[in-house]
Amino acid sequence: MELPLLHVALVGTPNSGKTSLFNALTGSRQKVANYPGVTVERKEGFFVTPLGRQISVVDLPGTYSLRGRSPDEEITRDFVLGKASGEILPDLVLCVADSTNLRLTIRLLLELKRTGRPMILVLNMFDIASRRGISVDVDRLAKELGMPVVTSIAVRKGGTADLLALTDQISAKLAAEPSENSWRALSVSELRATQREADRIIADCVSLPARPDTLTSRIDAVVLHPVGGLIVLAAILFVMFQAVFAWAQPLMELLQSGFDALGEFVHAALPAGLLQSFLQNGVISGVGSVIVFLPQIIIIFLFILLLEDFGYMARAAFLMDRIMGGAGLHGRAFIPLLSSFACAIPGIMATRVIDNKRDRLTTILIAPLMTCSARIPVYTLIISAFIPAKDVWGFINLQGLVMFGLYAAGITSALVVSFLIKFFMLRDYAPAPFMLELPDYKVPRLKSIAIGIYTRAKMFLQRAGTTIFSMMVLIWFLASFPQPPAGTTEPAIDFSLAAIIGKAIAPLLAPVGFNWQIAVALIPGMAAREVAVAALGTVYAIEGGKEAAEQIGQALATKWSLATALSMLAWYIFAPQCASTLAVIRRETGSWTWMAVTFSYMLVLAYAASLLTYNVAVALGAG
Amino acid sequence: MTDTRDMRREMPLGLAQRGYTGVIQHLSAKDSGSALSDIELESRLIELGFVEGARVEVLHEGLVGRDPIAVRVDNITIAVRRREAMAVIVA
Repeated sequence: MELPLLHVALVGTPNSGKTSLFNALTGSRQKVANYPGVTVERKEGFFVTPLGRQISVVDLPGTYSLRGRSPDEEITRDFVLGKASGEILPDLVLCVADSTNLRLTIRLLLELKRTGRPMILVLNMFDIASRRGISVDVDRLAKELGMPVVTSIAVRKGGTADLLALTDQISAKLAAEPSENSWRALSVSELRATQREADRIIADCVSLPARPDTLTSRIDAVVLHPVGGLIVLAAILFVMFQAVFAWAQPLMELLQSGFDALGEFVHAALPAGLLQSFLQNGVISGVGSVIVFLPQIIIIFLFILLLEDFGYMARAAFLMDRIMGGAGLHGRAFIPLLSSFACAIPGIMATRVIDNKRDRLTTILIAPLMTCSARIPVYTLIISAFIPAKDVWGFINLQGLVMFGLYAAGITSALVVSFLIKFFMLRDYAPAPFMLELPDYKVPRLKSIAIGIYTRAKMFLQRAGTTIFSMMVLIWFLASFPQPPAGTTEPAIDFSLAAIIGKAIAPLLAPVGFNWQIAVALIPGMAAREVAVAALGTVYAIEGGKEAAEQIGQALATKWSLATALSMLAWYIFAPQCASTLAVIRRETGSWTWMAVTFSYMLVLAYAASLLTYNVAVALGAG
Repeated sequence: MTDTRDMRREMPLGLAQRGYTGVIQHLSAKDSGSALSDIELESRLIELGFVEGARVEVLHEGLVGRDPIAVRVDNITIAVRRREAMAVIVA
């Protein structure tokens, strides 16, 4: 007989190992989406019990209570109560606890019990608890709590066997137990009473060892040292950056040449014409220019997930909290902003670690100001063409100094903008307090991390396949239509809509020293910032695209004044034109408004910075 | 809950230095200067294990203004800013 699908919800405190249990149960059979109307991630997975029952399991956001103080926690509460829109009441709630740290979970569990849902308490990481000398009287705990209790070791093969068997056992008699929801928000005194009750149960059922986890305290003595800790953090970041730039480079080049080869193949296989141009320039090079960032995204998430799993992320937030706080940023904004140096897309995706909505929004708004790697081709092109490679003060390379200055300008402006956002837009809002558990260190679970990276990569590719793809097609369309008249020697783009728009907006850009060719190049540059380099090559009628960067540089050096070049550099510190980033902002904030806000404020900053740079440079005789 | 062997003066945890050990006497969220409402702050502190009778030890301090602090609360470690820790009265 076919058994009906059983709906299971995973609930637990942050750091309870909930996600690794979820990964252990479902493997890669996962679906990641958003709950309607909010940007909270909805993770659902599927597995089959030993008796052949199909189970759908939803990994709910970690929470310490059902009060619902953030959108994530509201989802958890509404889901368990069956009030989340489009969701059904779960048949069974698995409450996941870190066996080494039961206090907070048991309190949550006592609160959850009032919802009347059939529940199982899963004592996860039971092996670590045993190793530390923590012994739990499982039978007594089950009796005290009035629910089945099962131990599990999510990271070990077969470590969830007891849980699976129990799920079968329980699900057979689920329908026979109708239940009543008596949950309501707890008052402070009830909260205190449940914590007391939890402490009593733990005192009766759990015996703690005399010695705490000495490894964690020994590591913390170094990594949380006020000075030493910052040095360790800097070292970790250094390695991370090296990895993102150095390790990703060969893979990115491989992908790039793969897409180039594919483009060449299409070019050769199809007759010259619209279809050929659409496939080669619109589809393959457009989507390809985004997909080449996949290696960087994977490496960044590898580091983020490893550090998170190890337990270091909370420590990094602890170290950076006051330093970031000066600019009105939360300690947790640190890693997302850092990732944005590689690419704003994973950076913005990583803001999900910030649980406060407004702190997260501020971080998303300033993330694109961090100098991403896509700006590097533009910077290096202009710097090598216009800035002499001489030494200043005997030992500093002028080109390197300009590059450093561009990075510093990006960081400074991000901090200033963050400060202004807090000051003007979110003034009524007091900063979220920094209250965070520093979990004991754990050996990272590689399989769990692999699944995490896989789901992120899949999300990125899906986006590249939908939103980004459609933007690329639009940009190709603008750059290709109308077609040039037959027999013309001018570059085709000169006749296109892009050129019409470029020439139309050129007068607006004249005050910042941009000619119409730059205006035209800025339009395909919407696809990804570095595409502007190739576009400049096209409008200046240079064959060879990106490979001919040196040639483009030489052409620019004869056609632009130094003031125009400096103005272009200033523009690119802020340059809002990156369709993918805008698409991710739209998705992550769930709103077109914030996407428009980001675009407009960056455009205003870019224009102002270029205007200032150009006029100062002209006044100094660089015109 | 008072420790009879050692009659120490009550003080807010927010003023404690690194190495301080004590026992939580009560929570007093009023006028702590936190951005949270009194009830919200008290609820969150309880949810993180700051309840009467819990043993606390200040393990680490941040660099700027020696803030935030990492506090051992019974057998877990919690990072809080001193401002919020002012609501926890220890002795």
